[in-house]
Amino acid sequence: MKKQTSQITLPTLLLIVILSAGICFAMVALLTNIFERKQEGRSTIMRVVEIDDDTSDPAVWGKNFPLQYDDYLKTADMIQTTYGGSEAIPHVPTDEDPRDIVSRSKLELIPQLKRMWAGYAFSKDYREKRGHAYMLTDQLYTERQKVGQPGTCIHCHGSTYVAMKELGNGDILAGFEKLNAMPYSEAKEHIKHPVACIDCHDPDTMALRITRPAFMEGIAAYKATQGIKDYDVNRDATRQEMRSFVCGQCHVEYYFKGDQKRLTYPWSEGLTVDAAYEHFEKEEFKDWVHAETGAPMLKAQHPEFELWSQGIHARAGVSCADCHMAYKRVGAMKISDHHIRSPLLNVNASCGTCHKTSDQELIARTENIQTRHRKLVEVALDALMDLIDDINKAKKNGVSEEKIKKAQQWQRKATFYVDYVEAENSSGFHAGQEAARILAESIDFSRKGQNVLRESTP
Amino acid sequence: MNQITRLKLKTVLYLVIAVLIGGVIGIGTFTFGYANGASYLKADSKSCANCHVMQGHFDAWVKSSHGKFASCNDCHAPHDNVVSAYYCKARNGFFHSLAFTTGDFEENLRITDYNRGVTEQACRKCHADLVHQIDILAVGELNKDSSERLESNSCIRCHLTVGHDT
Repeated sequence: MKKQTSQITLPTLLLIVILSAGICFAMVALLTNIFERKQEGRSTIMRVVEIDDDTSDPAVWGKNFPLQYDDYLKTADMIQTTYGGSEAIPHVPTDEDPRDIVSRSKLELIPQLKRMWAGYAFSKDYREKRGHAYMLTDQLYTERQKVGQPGTCIHCHGSTYVAMKELGNGDILAGFEKLNAMPYSEAKEHIKHPVACIDCHDPDTMALRITRPAFMEGIAAYKATQGIKDYDVNRDATRQEMRSFVCGQCHVEYYFKGDQKRLTYPWSEGLTVDAAYEHFEKEEFKDWVHAETGAPMLKAQHPEFELWSQGIHARAGVSCADCHMAYKRVGAMKISDHHIRSPLLNVNASCGTCHKTSDQELIARTENIQTRHRKLVEVALDALMDLIDDINKAKKNGVSEEKIKKAQQWQRKATFYVDYVEAENSSGFHAGQEAARILAESIDFSRKGQNVLRESTP
Repeated sequence: MNQITRLKLKTVLYLVIAVLIGGVIGIGTFTFGYANGASYLKADSKSCANCHVMQGHFDAWVKSSHGKFASCNDCHAPHDNVVSAYYCKARNGFFHSLAFTTGDFEENLRITDYNRGVTEQACRKCHADLVHQIDILAVGELNKDSSERLESNSCIRCHLTVGHDT
């Protein structure tokens, strides 16, 4: 016994000490972790600063809502999906354009676009879309700016709520009118941030709210077509509707109406592409005149909200935020992910909530739709190019003015339809069959335009 | 003199070891108690929601069609013998704790193949009368190896939401 104990050497004992110290260390670490997890279970919101209806700086809101703010800042990430997102291209900063990174030019990726928009600013510069963080700078330094854009553009390229309030002495509608009428360079002086917390949230309750007058008017006009009179979106919309409406404030088809360049959403006949076209026909509106054919043209913008509203997800009551701001758990809190991006980059949380299958399968299903869509867009653009060729030829060959006019009208319509889904930011996913229908019609309109020119003179 | 110092040194070292071992046991016992460790050895469904990640599943289960009749263990632990039942509990317990401690897990949670197999078998335990005929029609004579049945005739492929529709 005595001999045995005396055999325990100093190194052995040291080893035991280190070992049991290590075990104690790990155990306390685990204990602390369990304690933290239990604390997380009692979720709390800490109001550390006062925010009110004039707090436009998202960093101030971020002090009260650090989780949401951290995610919001991530919209600066540039990530590519198969058919969307953006790739970072190095850019040598110049005095005119101080950006050191830009996104790829879509005019080079899809060469037909340049000709489709001939004579319009979009044929000069059209790039992959980047995250919300870039909305101010990308709008400021696009080549399109050289044409001299109106202040109306800032409506969606910056956080305008507080600016509109200040300009209108508390009346956002009055401020809106003033901002529209300014040149862009002047309007941007009133704007400090890209889209911020205050553009979607009520500072007192954090409830969603609509801050853009153009959406309030547009959605009221649309609801009127449904027989709903005197629709006030901030009073009458449901919470789930709001989770799409706040995005629909900007992700829509729009135009600048009249000499005041008043921002207007063409929803007086409905939310479909046909309804928008009908609206423009009634207004006799044109964005520009085609440089090759002389047709009075329409530029479709980015009708994400409208196309989504025609799709199966809208039908099932799934909102924009359900997929693009999927709920996530931080500790015990369930929050909307404010890192707004393609659901393809967050498939489990976005799609997996309803579609219980693997990420790979969900991406494959989505890309199936998008691959077919891209093929159809190609066909529609080629058909349009053929129509432009034919009109040019007919003009040279002295075909009657009346026929040329008719063909130009088809060019206007075919362009608007193909542009409507090309400029839309989901590569057809928001409503696959509707997008295919629109492209089929566009192809048909191009063909009809060609036929007009071929008819023998009556 | 030499012997006395050695004796003193020995006493000190034994004391240190005793304190450390006692410390480990003490802290360990406290941690086990604080984390409601004993609750995992029983079959109360509430203990599955000890970590709040499962709170939603628990809430949904209470209201589900199975909430009154089947516990978590009824569907998520094997029923063939005690060994495999406790193996399952230990395995899931370990991986769940690891995931929750490190925070390295995805939301929505997805069931693993092993656990899907366990659940499939559990459906068949209670609904044997109903399912036996269907299984035979689907795959012919039933082998002990159930993988064929799970592949072709999965209960939870269609009845995904009976337990807890989250």
